[in-house]
Amino acid sequence: MTGNHEFGTEGSHAPHVASMTAPEVDEWFAREVLPLETALIQFLHRNWRNASDIADLRQDVYVQVYEAALKDIPASPRQFVFTTARNLLINRVRREQIVSIEAVADLDLLEIAEETPAPDRVVIARDELLQLQVALDRLPARHREIFLLAQIEGLAGRQIAARLGLAESTVSLHLAKATRLIADSLYGTPKDLRRGA
Amino acid sequence: MSEQHSTPATEIEQRAALWVQQKHFWVWTAENQTALDGWLAQSPAHRVAYIRLDAALRRSNRLAALNAPRKTFVPEPRFRPFVSKMVAAFALVALIGGAITYLDPGPKVSTYSTQIGGRQTIALADGTHIEMNTNTRLRVALSKTERKVWLEKGEAYFQVAHNAKRPFTVFAGDSRVVDLGTKFLLRHEPGRLEVDLLEGQVEIAKQKDTGARATVLNPGDTAIVTAAAVSVKHKTPREIVEKLGWRRGVVTFDRTTLADAVAEFNRYNRHQLIITDPATARITIGGTFDVSNVETFIDIARQDFGLHTESRPDATVISK
Repeated sequence: MTGNHEFGTEGSHAPHVASMTAPEVDEWFAREVLPLETALIQFLHRNWRNASDIADLRQDVYVQVYEAALKDIPASPRQFVFTTARNLLINRVRREQIVSIEAVADLDLLEIAEETPAPDRVVIARDELLQLQVALDRLPARHREIFLLAQIEGLAGRQIAARLGLAESTVSLHLAKATRLIADSLYGTPKDLRRGA
Repeated sequence: MSEQHSTPATEIEQRAALWVQQKHFWVWTAENQTALDGWLAQSPAHRVAYIRLDAALRRSNRLAALNAPRKTFVPEPRFRPFVSKMVAAFALVALIGGAITYLDPGPKVSTYSTQIGGRQTIALADGTHIEMNTNTRLRVALSKTERKVWLEKGEAYFQVAHNAKRPFTVFAGDSRVVDLGTKFLLRHEPGRLEVDLLEGQVEIAKQKDTGARATVLNPGDTAIVTAAAVSVKHKTPREIVEKLGWRRGVVTFDRTTLADAVAEFNRYNRHQLIITDPATARITIGGTFDVSNVETFIDIARQDFGLHTESRPDATVISK
C-alpha cells in the first residue's frame, strides 16, 4: 500500500493549518488572488489617474499580499487584496505629496470590491474556455502560431525553431510575449483598458 | 500592445516571462533551476510575476487539454485573409488542408466518469478494455492513426489491444504513458501518478520534451511519477493482485497503517473516516475488506483495537 502515504499523513493531522509553505502560498496565490486581477486593475484605473503606473501598482499590491500570506493566509482574499490596494494608493498619495487627495479620499473602496460577487466556480470552467479562445485570438499571428505549436501540439521550443526555421532566441521571445498576453487576457486587463490590443 | 513606458514592473514581467517559457518549453537543467531559484529569491516582485505567468500558462495548457477536439483552437483568423484571396474551389482545398493539420482528423471524444464508490468497465471499439475505479474521470479519443486517453483523476486498469500502427497513449497530469502491448494500472492524484505494469511494456514520459529520457517499465514494475522525479520499484505478483482488488470490490491491507487504510476507505465512501491522533494513525492492520463496508471497519477499530469511535452524519472520528 505504498500508494497511500500522502493521504495517510494528511488524515492523521488536525485539519487546521496555521501557516503554509512557500509552494502552498504560490498555489493559493494562483487560485485565490490572480482571478481577482480584472477587478483589481479596474479598481486601480478608477482610482489612479496616471495609467502608466498601473503595472507597478499591481505588482506592489501582489508583493504585499504575497508577503502577508507567507505569514498568515488572509481569510477573505478578496477583501484583503482590495484593502491592500486602497492602503497602497493612500500611502502613495501621501508619500508623493500629491495635493489633491480627493483621488482616493472619498472612495468607498471596499464597497467597490464587494459589488461584484465572487464568481461561481462552476461557471468559470466554461467561461475560461471562451476567455482562452479570446486570448488566443488576440495574439499577433506569429505569436499565436508559435504558442499553439508549443501549448496545443506539445512541441518543444527547439522543435518549433526547427520547423519554422527561426532562431531559438526568436522563438523564446515570442513564447515569452505570448505568455504575457495570455496572462493579461486570462487574468486581467479589462478589455476597454487594454493598451491598443 | 507596445510598451510605451518601460516600468520596473514590466521589466520584471518580461524577465519572468522568459524564465517561464524556458521552463515550460525548453530543455530544463538543474543549473537552470538554480539560476531561476536565485532570481526568484532576489525579490518577491520577481516571485509574484513568475507565479502569475506560470499559472496563466498552466491554465491555458489545462484548458487546451479539456478541449481535446481542438476545433475551438483552430486559429481561424490565420486562414481568413488567405482564403479571401483565393478562388472558391481552391480556397476549399486550402481550408480542408488546414483543418486536417489542426484537427488531426477530429476524433470524437467521449467522457466517462464514476461516482465515489462507483466502478465501470468500458469496452472500446478497438478491443481495449478500461476498468474505472471509484471517483474517476477519463476521456477517450480514437482516430485511425492513434488512440488517446486522458485520465483526469482517479484510477483505471487498462487492457490494451496492442496495435503498433495505432499507438495507445494515456495522458495524466504532465505525463504520458505509451502502451507497448499491455495490461497496466494507472492512478492519478493531484501532483502524482502511479503506474503498475502487469503485462507487456509501457513507456512513461513527460508530455513536454524536457530532454529527460523516457522510463520503460517491465512487468511487475511500479512507477511513481511526481513533478520532481520518476521512481521505479518492483512488486511481487501478490502485491499487484492485491492492488487490483478493487476490481472485485475489495481492498487488502498488509501491515498497513490505520492512516493509510482510512485514506483508502475514504476514496470509496462519502461517509469519511477521520483519525485525530498520531498514535492511532500509526497502528497497523491487515486483512481484506469490502470497500463499501465501512461499518465493519469501524466495528473492528472499536472491538479489536479498543479505539473510541464517534459517529457523525457524514463522518466517523476514530481516536484512542
